[in-house]
Amino acid sequence: MASLPPADPTCPRVKNVLLLDSEGRRIAVKYFCKDWPTINAQTKYEKSVFTKTSRSNARGEAEITMFDNVIVVYKFVSDLNFYVTGAADENELILNSILTAFFESVQLLLRNNVEKKTVLENLDLVLLALDEIVADGGVPLETEPQVVAARASMRGAGEDIPLAEQTFSQALATAKEQLAKSLRA
Amino acid sequence: MAANAQDSHAPLRPEGKKDEDKDEETEYSPFYGIEKGLVLQESRCFHDPQIDPRRCQQVITKLLYLLCQGETFTRVEATEVFFAVTKLFQNTDVNLRRMVYLIIKELSPSSEEVIIVTSSLMKDMNAKIDLYRSNALRVLCHIIDATLLQQIERYIKQAIVDKNSAVASAALVSGFQLYCNTPGAADVVKRWGSEISEAVQSKNSLVQFHGLALLHAIRQNDRLAISKMVTSLTRGGAVRSPLAQCLLVRYVARVISESTPQPGQERPFYEFLESCLRHKAEMVIFEAARAITEMNEVTTRELTPAITVLQLFLSSSKPVLRFAAVRTLNKVAMTHPMAVTNCNIDMESLISDSNRSISTLAITTLLKTGNESSVERLMKQISTFMGDIQDEFKIVVVDAIKAMCIKFPSKYRALMNFLSNILREEGGFEYKRAIVEAILMIIRDIPDAKETGLGHLCEFIEDCEFTYLSTQILSLLGKEAPKTQDPSKYIRYIYNRVILENATVRAAAVSALAKMGAACPDLKPRILVLLRRTLHDTDDEVRDRATLYLNMLGAPEERKALGGEGGLVADGFPFGPANLEQTLQKYLAGPLDAPFELSSVPVAPVKKAEDEVKSSGAMMAAAMGGSTKAPNPKDLYEEMLNAIPEFASLGPLQSSSMPVELTERDTEYVITCVKHMYENHVVFQYNCLNTIDEQILEDVTVTMDLSEEPELEEKMSLPLKVMPTGAGETPGTTFVVVERVDGAMPAAKVGCMLKFTTKEVDPSTGEAEEEGYADEYQLEDVDLEYTDYVSKLSVGNFRKAWEEMGEETELADEYGIGQREGLQEAVEVLIATLGMSPCEGTDAVPPNARSHMALLSGKLVGDVSLLVRLSLGIDASSNVAMKLVARADSAAGSEFVHGIIANA
Repeated sequence: MASLPPADPTCPRVKNVLLLDSEGRRIAVKYFCKDWPTINAQTKYEKSVFTKTSRSNARGEAEITMFDNVIVVYKFVSDLNFYVTGAADENELILNSILTAFFESVQLLLRNNVEKKTVLENLDLVLLALDEIVADGGVPLETEPQVVAARASMRGAGEDIPLAEQTFSQALATAKEQLAKSLRA
Repeated sequence: MAANAQDSHAPLRPEGKKDEDKDEETEYSPFYGIEKGLVLQESRCFHDPQIDPRRCQQVITKLLYLLCQGETFTRVEATEVFFAVTKLFQNTDVNLRRMVYLIIKELSPSSEEVIIVTSSLMKDMNAKIDLYRSNALRVLCHIIDATLLQQIERYIKQAIVDKNSAVASAALVSGFQLYCNTPGAADVVKRWGSEISEAVQSKNSLVQFHGLALLHAIRQNDRLAISKMVTSLTRGGAVRSPLAQCLLVRYVARVISESTPQPGQERPFYEFLESCLRHKAEMVIFEAARAITEMNEVTTRELTPAITVLQLFLSSSKPVLRFAAVRTLNKVAMTHPMAVTNCNIDMESLISDSNRSISTLAITTLLKTGNESSVERLMKQISTFMGDIQDEFKIVVVDAIKAMCIKFPSKYRALMNFLSNILREEGGFEYKRAIVEAILMIIRDIPDAKETGLGHLCEFIEDCEFTYLSTQILSLLGKEAPKTQDPSKYIRYIYNRVILENATVRAAAVSALAKMGAACPDLKPRILVLLRRTLHDTDDEVRDRATLYLNMLGAPEERKALGGEGGLVADGFPFGPANLEQTLQKYLAGPLDAPFELSSVPVAPVKKAEDEVKSSGAMMAAAMGGSTKAPNPKDLYEEMLNAIPEFASLGPLQSSSMPVELTERDTEYVITCVKHMYENHVVFQYNCLNTIDEQILEDVTVTMDLSEEPELEEKMSLPLKVMPTGAGETPGTTFVVVERVDGAMPAAKVGCMLKFTTKEVDPSTGEAEEEGYADEYQLEDVDLEYTDYVSKLSVGNFRKAWEEMGEETELADEYGIGQREGLQEAVEVLIATLGMSPCEGTDAVPPNARSHMALLSGKLVGDVSLLVRLSLGIDASSNVAMKLVARADSAAGSEFVHGIIANA
């Protein structure tokens, strides 16, 4: 097996992104490093993050804390707690930009209905947003909430075939789809 | 039954959760009652000839939900789902396709399975739809190995320069990931240099960032290339993206740390960092400010602009920004407290910050930067804040106060008052211990503070729920109270414990009383009365101690027999409990006609400090030593050596080494050597044990061959009467006292010979022969090393101590210390070589640091304090260079330190 080159320590990375409910239970989480290799270690970490932060008021500006050699930036919206964890020497403001990208894109995707119920109903969109914000290894992929939301909802992807060039059956299918969507909503 | 089996796979769903949900009507979830088996069944809809995209999307979401909740799929289940998912590539629904991409990554297919999707993903990589291209690329790079990479390399190179930013970013990030994590991929990625360089020029902010990160990664070992890259990028203003600019700041900081600053000249790239302080993105401003504060040997002039922007951040409305600023300033305060004083007003307003991490950092910074006149005001502000923070933060504050007390000894009154106030408040054990330790340290370091400190501690034990702390304090009172002006006032406090506490504390109090009685003859009658009262205590240990001490204090002749005034009572036994136990057992086994003689117990080094008095002493010493957790070997031997009258003329013991083995294990004799340093002498202590039952060794001595060492002269040898026999026995000791002529401090290798008289034991009767014969046994050489003359000594405020020492004795030199694994390793080796203690936590090198300054302090034999500053730097090929600056009480001391390194 070929050896790997030394890791580049200069690149900013996040260790994990967590979305927990107001009782500290997992809704959507993503770990990008091997610091918490097992599900038990992860749950333990989530629990300690939750207990250390739940008493603070992170509803206006994002808050921050430091413990056990990690920095956690967090923001609470209704019954949801958003967290981003980074290494102790990471630039706090970069971590904050990831946190902002996460909850603002969720806000856009859920049309401001940011609460546990809607998040669970649209879990696919939330997971996709997370996938668009941080790439493998914890490297920031995109931090602009509008761009993240557009990519997660594949906006623009279908427009490659203008309406005029669509076959009749395709157009009909699209129309049906739209109708069904609006009825569901 | 089946449901239970399912649940065991889902650690995040607690037992009985479903019932709970029924009770809470508000707890609605679309995933209510979800079960893996059912979802897997549902996933069969992926095989339907007429695919329903919405339904499939929902099923994928459920699968992802299960994975996210910690559910695991068996290999068979995962393979089945994976194959089913690949069928969905036939459908053209964009949103469904996006979910397919996501779940393929999450399922992490095996290499055989990967082949199934490669062609579908390759097709999407060349699709017209940008988001297909970007996602397909990310998924493919996530699952392939280096061989497959070569096949698609062409497409990735093309994607890097794609005009769509999502595609370019996806290609660059995937390249970065492949380069770091996929074995064998690095060489392929390195070939994309020109495409990546083009991406760095992109107008899209994230593409530029990803391009720069990857370019740096593939060139990071080529210093010249990095230096060139940094030079051209810092000049042109081509970098617009804040994230990319942060990267550039980091690269610049690395280049700066690897260059050596020329005196008088401006540091290269400093101007660039300073210009970044005016960037419009806070992220960049902060990154640059932090980089400036972390530069090696940064000057006040260089620091000022960075401190100014950080000061502005302190009053920001955003907690994240305030935290970042105060944390950085806190670090600066450790090395340049003066530079931070301008921020003190802003910092003081942060004491009441609602974010406790921020307020704690603000307080500890203020405690480091505060000047003498502000101490009282600061203490007042902190007391209001202490009530509502957690213990872990309080401990940080207590530590900072301790450091401040060392800095401003004249302010001990205010600081001690503060400590005693918080000592009275509620708090957990760790917190209370931190406070008690701080007070103990102040008592030790500031003689004036002793009486007030003891007073506070006395009050504390009146109402202390922690047995450990009570016994510690009582032991200290027994030792220190007799040295105060009016020892009698402490008797009441101690005796109260005898009446009110649990047995452990009562026993400690009895010992403390006895020690006072031994040290203050005029108090003795009163103490004897009190001790007599404890004779009827309900606890054995308390009664036994009282009886013993009453006898000791009452009978002066016996006390003398034990060596010195109050020797036993004041200092505990000169021997360990194991020795006593063994001698007692031997005594009980033999004829009981003669009374047991305490003096027959061998005075040997205490291997395990089990004796309560002794162990608490050692623990106290460890606590006093601060960072050094293990008890100093000196503490283990000091009492024992002091009890030997022949050594009284040598002066106080200065340091002791760890035992060194002079024989192979499992040989006839087990001999170890401990070196004790005195002002002008070295005492070699040989611990001897005979492992052969068939012989008895008497009149044991060790002769040392000093013929080649003109500076060492043997003065005295104390033989061991009988060498203890049998593995597991406590070894006996013989000593050789060597004088260092004119206080010289040579390193030497000395040959040693064990000499003794052997008497054979008749195996049938177990009795030894009358007549023995003289014999000898060659031991390994004893090394007297330079480090033996140095002992650890921690200094609270290194900077202050350094300045007080003055420049007269300063001696600086540079050394290359060869290839090392990293600076951490180099620092550890140097600390061990010099045998000194690291100060202010400088033994910990920040990860990936290219340079480091370690501060060490120690003491040379003859009470010469030594201070050392080690500046270390490491280059690309891991060669470590070092500049060593030493100051000492005498010029000879500084020379000695350099001598150690030169001879190492």
